[in-house]
Amino acid sequence: MPQQRDASALGMWVFLGTEIMFFGGLFLTYTVNRAAYPAIFAEASHHLDVQLGAINTAVLICSSLTMAMAVYFSQKGKRTGLIVSLLLTMILGLAFLGIKGVEYAQKFEHHLVPGYNFQYAPASAGPAQLYFSLYFGMTGMHALHMIIGLGILTFLLIEAIRGRYTPEYNTPVELSGLYWHFVDIIWIYLFPLLYLIDLHK
Amino acid sequence: MSNPSQQTDHIVSPVIYVGVFLTLLVLTLVTYKVAFIDLGPWNVVVALAIAFVKSTLVTLFFMHVYYSRRRTKVVVLSALLWLFFLLFITMSDYLTRHWLY
Repeated sequence: MPQQRDASALGMWVFLGTEIMFFGGLFLTYTVNRAAYPAIFAEASHHLDVQLGAINTAVLICSSLTMAMAVYFSQKGKRTGLIVSLLLTMILGLAFLGIKGVEYAQKFEHHLVPGYNFQYAPASAGPAQLYFSLYFGMTGMHALHMIIGLGILTFLLIEAIRGRYTPEYNTPVELSGLYWHFVDIIWIYLFPLLYLIDLHK
Repeated sequence: MSNPSQQTDHIVSPVIYVGVFLTLLVLTLVTYKVAFIDLGPWNVVVALAIAFVKSTLVTLFFMHVYYSRRRTKVVVLSALLWLFFLLFITMSDYLTRHWLY
């Protein structure tokens, strides 16, 4: 029933509202600290790999397209199209996490992970450690959402192979799409804020 | 119910999806290239403005809010309104403290 689909989408948006507030707190913490230590945050952000960040942004946008297509195929009742779109979305999601893993590994090698082995110019080590804590906290929370999203996609894939989704019943695909696009939007803000805004300095 | 533009089971054309996708890729390239140019304080503004356009496109078309009922639109906007309160009120505190001390 249209009313049921409507209520489901509304409920999903209420959940995404709580997610917006959750990530909002992280973005707020970042903004307050960046305002407090603008020069050190700018310098610390130069240690990120901008090219990998840009590639990952493109990978996520591609995965959002394939997710949108999955919703389209489920609405049209095209099982093969749905399965292929879900698989592509999962591959792109895994590619994102893989590239993120390469970036994290570089941070470990360069002793930029906050904690005992953190090595930085002593004069700015404190705020720099704060920057990298926020970097790992925010991208880590985003990556956790990606991992949960991949779990949801695995469930959708199994159900799609079983032929569970039809033009009459495809709410799980549509709601998972909302979640996946939301996670994409978080990255759309993380990429400029963490990687780009101080690049010119 | 009678207004077709407000039905949630509206099927969005793949043409629109691909159009939005290409726009998002172009905007990503633009924000990446602009970041290397020194615009002073405007770098932040430009980067966030492009991010805002990108996220709006994703919300309206990939997330179907453009085709949703008004009730759903109100929920989305109110979530953003509370985010605005969170950021605006906290930052208006932090950024004006030095006026006093």
